[in-house]
Amino acid sequence: MTLSASARWALRAVMAAGLVFIYVPLLLVLVNSFNGDRTFAWPPRDLTTRWWSAAWENEGARQALLTSVQAGLAATAIALVLGTMIAFAVQRFEFFGRDTVSLLVVLPIALPGIVTGIALDSAWRSVMGDLGIGKGLFSVVVGHATFCVVTVYNNVLARLRRTGVNLEEASADLGASGFQTFRYVTFPLIRSALLAGGLLAFALSFDEIIVTTFTAGPGVTTLPIWIFNNLFRPNQAPIVNVVAAVLIVLSVVPVWLAQRIAGPSSGVLRGSTDA
Amino acid sequence: MTDSSDPAIRLTGLRKSFGAVDAVAGIDLDIADGEFFSMLGPSGSGKTTVLRMIAGFELPTAGTVHLGGRDVTRLAPFERDVNTVFQDYALFPHMSVLENVEYGLKVRGVKRAERRRRAEEALAGVRLEGFGARRPAAMSGGQRQRVALARALVNRPKVLLLDEPLGALDLKLREQMQVELKAIQREVGITFVFVTHDQDEALTMSDRVAVFETGRIAQVGTPEEVYERPASSFVAGFVGTSNVFTGAAAAALVGRQGTFSVRPEKILISDDSGPEGTVAEVVYAGPVTRYVVDLDAGSRVVVVAQNRHSGAPLVARGHRVRLSWHDEHIVEIPSATKETAHA
Repeated sequence: MTLSASARWALRAVMAAGLVFIYVPLLLVLVNSFNGDRTFAWPPRDLTTRWWSAAWENEGARQALLTSVQAGLAATAIALVLGTMIAFAVQRFEFFGRDTVSLLVVLPIALPGIVTGIALDSAWRSVMGDLGIGKGLFSVVVGHATFCVVTVYNNVLARLRRTGVNLEEASADLGASGFQTFRYVTFPLIRSALLAGGLLAFALSFDEIIVTTFTAGPGVTTLPIWIFNNLFRPNQAPIVNVVAAVLIVLSVVPVWLAQRIAGPSSGVLRGSTDA
Repeated sequence: MTDSSDPAIRLTGLRKSFGAVDAVAGIDLDIADGEFFSMLGPSGSGKTTVLRMIAGFELPTAGTVHLGGRDVTRLAPFERDVNTVFQDYALFPHMSVLENVEYGLKVRGVKRAERRRRAEEALAGVRLEGFGARRPAAMSGGQRQRVALARALVNRPKVLLLDEPLGALDLKLREQMQVELKAIQREVGITFVFVTHDQDEALTMSDRVAVFETGRIAQVGTPEEVYERPASSFVAGFVGTSNVFTGAAAAALVGRQGTFSVRPEKILISDDSGPEGTVAEVVYAGPVTRYVVDLDAGSRVVVVAQNRHSGAPLVARGHRVRLSWHDEHIVEIPSATKETAHA
């Protein structure tokens, strides 16, 4: 489609404004993490790495980073296994209630985090607690897995839909058992979709705060929660900037990788746009 | 136990229903060892479904499949000694050409050096030496087709199934591959079962042809039998062009009641004798010219005339002509054909 010159310029301006609005504040956080002035005077008079070393030495922040990584890895692992299995079931088999299952799996990513949080909180209070499984890191992992499963599911489903069953039939025809077909044909074909889905799942888990608030047991503090708790303490403000900068990098890299791996046609971003 | 007298493939009462639709409605067929056998029919006639049941991708609703005397009806594809060349080739995109070809040997546990050697041999057999390191995506359609063939043949199956393997190729390449396939089949001596909707292809390559019509076999025979003596008006119409006379036209032209077929190339345009008609259409096609003639007896016929003499004037549209044919070229079509229509 061809646009008039004025429309083109107007749209360019709107796009630029939108991108500026999104990314300048993020950039500000990055710059401020090097700002020598405690009150973040602007423009920064001198640059320092003082806050970075202070943050590194902050026991709470380090512990929170570790917790976030643990929760992210565990939730991603669960998502990879369950998401792949559901995608196979829905794409390759017909069974009663298939469409319902498909909807129920995708729903958690659209549900407001606060609803998921409250639901899991009461579930833990009234059921899991009585079973002797208290809130802790495990409950955070379960909470994150509810929406991490979706990103893996969507990616694998799109890939399975695109590859079809022909290659698996060819493999069986050539004498490969079910396991051999999965190992040599199916898995290599969905590997990049798994990687993309897994990276997205990790990124989602890593910066999640609402569900985490409701599901974290005492003493379990993820990085976003740590930031939130320290945001309004003037002493910690410089360190919060550093931690936020780290979070930005750690979230952007997996998403960027996932997009590159999965390619434009596999619907990678379907999972992440709603999150 | 298998016996050398057993046919390579025996289908008994084979049926397959998808919901309320009978894709295959009862087929009995023996295919001999070493035969080049074609299943010919329009799309939706059940030929591909039969092939998929032989390969093991579909479970028959009823009936049995025997391969070399062994009942394989309920066995998985990997438990059967058949290999398939798929319509879209189904080459593994993440493997090189050589890895594709050696795949069947690899999953059967053949040692690396041995399977490399045999895969190279198979590639040489389809004239693709030196292409082993390429990815399938970097090959042309005709080359991919040959890779698919090598990948199946390297396993030395008892039976090779080919599902419209030439459908995606252009005409020149298709004709070249037809000759090549036939030569390869003669060389390896494996039973080929070839599914196609292209009657030329089926007639050119096959030892025997089965013509499929709505889930049943309308006729089985050598290409010559099927072409010269069609068993039903469907076969007469589907395999080649045919002029079919029924009712009053049959009585007037043949002198008897019934259904009769005459091939267009068996009819001569003459001036002095035979039924009279008007030329409705003239199509010049290089070696031959096709005439459509409306006979006064109430039937429209197609006549194919060889263009033997260059510069000889064509009969023009609207001219009155007389047609003649020998009685031996009139084929009476059995009236029992109605029976195959209902399922």
